[in-house]
Amino acid sequence: MPADRLDRLFEALIARGYLCVGPTLREGAIVYDEISSSADLPQGWTDEQGPGHYRLRQRADGAWFGYVVGPHSWKKYLFEPERRLWQLKRAGQRFERTDEPPTPKRYAFIGVRACEIAALRIQDRVFAGGSFVEPGYARTREQSLVIAVNCTQAAATCFCVAMNTGPEVREGYDLALTEILEPSHCFVIGAGSERGRELLSALPTAPCTAELQQAAKTAVAQASRQTRTMETAGLKELLQKNLESPQWQDIATRCLSCANCTMACPTCFCSSVEDTSDLTGDHAERWQRWDSCFNPDFSYIHGGEVRQTTASRYRQWMTHKLSTWFDQFGSSGCVGCGRCITWCPVGIDLTEEVRKMTQPEGGRP
Amino acid sequence: MESRRPETVAAEPLLPQPWIVREVIRETGDVVTLSLQPGEGAAAMSFGPGQFNMLYAFGVGEVPISISGDPADASRLIHTIRDVGLVSRALCGLQPGALVGVRGPFGSRWPVEDQAGHDVVVAAGGIGLAPLRPALYHLARHRARYGNVVLLYGARKPDELLFGVELEAWRQAGIQVEVTVDHADAAWRGNLGVVTTLIRHARFTPEKAAAFICGPEVMMRFTAAALEERGMAPERLFISMERNMKCAVGFCGHCQLGPEFICMDGPVFAWPRMRRLIAIREL
Repeated sequence: MPADRLDRLFEALIARGYLCVGPTLREGAIVYDEISSSADLPQGWTDEQGPGHYRLRQRADGAWFGYVVGPHSWKKYLFEPERRLWQLKRAGQRFERTDEPPTPKRYAFIGVRACEIAALRIQDRVFAGGSFVEPGYARTREQSLVIAVNCTQAAATCFCVAMNTGPEVREGYDLALTEILEPSHCFVIGAGSERGRELLSALPTAPCTAELQQAAKTAVAQASRQTRTMETAGLKELLQKNLESPQWQDIATRCLSCANCTMACPTCFCSSVEDTSDLTGDHAERWQRWDSCFNPDFSYIHGGEVRQTTASRYRQWMTHKLSTWFDQFGSSGCVGCGRCITWCPVGIDLTEEVRKMTQPEGGRP
Repeated sequence: MESRRPETVAAEPLLPQPWIVREVIRETGDVVTLSLQPGEGAAAMSFGPGQFNMLYAFGVGEVPISISGDPADASRLIHTIRDVGLVSRALCGLQPGALVGVRGPFGSRWPVEDQAGHDVVVAAGGIGLAPLRPALYHLARHRARYGNVVLLYGARKPDELLFGVELEAWRQAGIQVEVTVDHADAAWRGNLGVVTTLIRHARFTPEKAAAFICGPEVMMRFTAAALEERGMAPERLFISMERNMKCAVGFCGHCQLGPEFICMDGPVFAWPRMRRLIAIREL
């Protein structure tokens, strides 16, 4: 499909009742928000990332999806940062529910990267894959579309190749787009579902030539060149053996326990609740909000916090993400998107901490 | 025998159901037992010994509380609560007729029935006797199915001892009940010291016994270690764990201890699953 026809995709999605959400420029970053046309996309912009570093840079070309990933992830639409779970009125011997159950939205997620699809599938297992199903998550997820975009460049913080989640979109999408800039600006599009095929039929596409297919392959291969990596073989066991390693103390001298990594992480799923009531005491509601294992009261039980030190909180985060997640959900909790590295205010690099744990200087492995 | 995850799926797992306080029993200075009956729209609850509910003090908050009633009596739902914080204080202050929110039951059970034919050691520290009471009711009712049954119970002070009526009833039913306190007063004529000091009085054959242990973590660690030293098989020792919980269904992440979600994989665990984890500080 020629690049200048991109708005036909938006039109087709809106005509089918989808609420388009995707990348847009805001406050010096590319974030995800409601968008309505290609004019909202960060055309001609890219992101430069490093530990504790994120800057927007203008591109020399007119690429629509010429960036990698920003501070937001799609989880904010499926597992909202803040939501009311219920509102109840105390009436005699019963509770009267006074809130309207929310109508699940039909989102079209536009510009979903391979690592982000992996993250969605991980959260599916958390909220909809176990004994209990979170009904709101499951309904919204079920009726939302994933319009994926293949990465054609990697940020310095990317390590999806090491985590085996990208850069190529392989599954879990409705449409997958690859943006080709040369010789003519266009998208190579594939459908990954029945809904995707139906949508594709509404787009002004031409059959894809062998040259274009090759160009798409080459473009995605560019994104495979990643400087960061993580040795995952044996990592689950290695971390369990090192629960009392002095390295946790070393990390704690740098970590601010600010929770940025957990907010930016596309798989972190912890939440807390707040109960409130009105002055009569007969109306009450419960709000759920994102929480973080770095927050002091996260592990509070009568008598105090179980995890009082930053060392223990970082250990909880990292060992959960890279080790105990396998026990709980059958996979790693890390997809290699690099957000925790970029958005750490002191630039703590997860891959570097793993490397130090694997090869402690002067110590035994 | 390992604990199993729940098989039931509630459509609205996060919505409390209305229950009515039928009776309030003041057990000690800071411990209250609430007896609840279903309010409008709530269904009577069957549960296994060791399971817990999320109890909601209306407008204040929600906390996990073990069920302390008789699993064979579905006519009332009983919890024993110690006043240790904002929510537990509100729950302890409820009067008969008050509405309370209940979600549950959640979590794994004491595998009581699996111990038929064996000796059973029940070890409780402080309020830890409450989660064990459903198991003790069962053991007392079906006393003939088991070998020696012994309860080792420790509290800090004599006036903090719980369930005096039940302790006597269990003695009558043929359970050896041994009680100790950390700090005695002038009137105390019983044992003095931590729960582990009672083990030497207990009549059981370690090779054919199982143990259910509930109390502060340090008490459970030392009790399990002492029973193991006496020759009990570690996989037949069970402990009940406690952590911060917001949801009780594995979504909120708060109750994790290593790979375990205390809410779903526990609270009752076979000792080998916990032995290393609870020995690591701040895990």
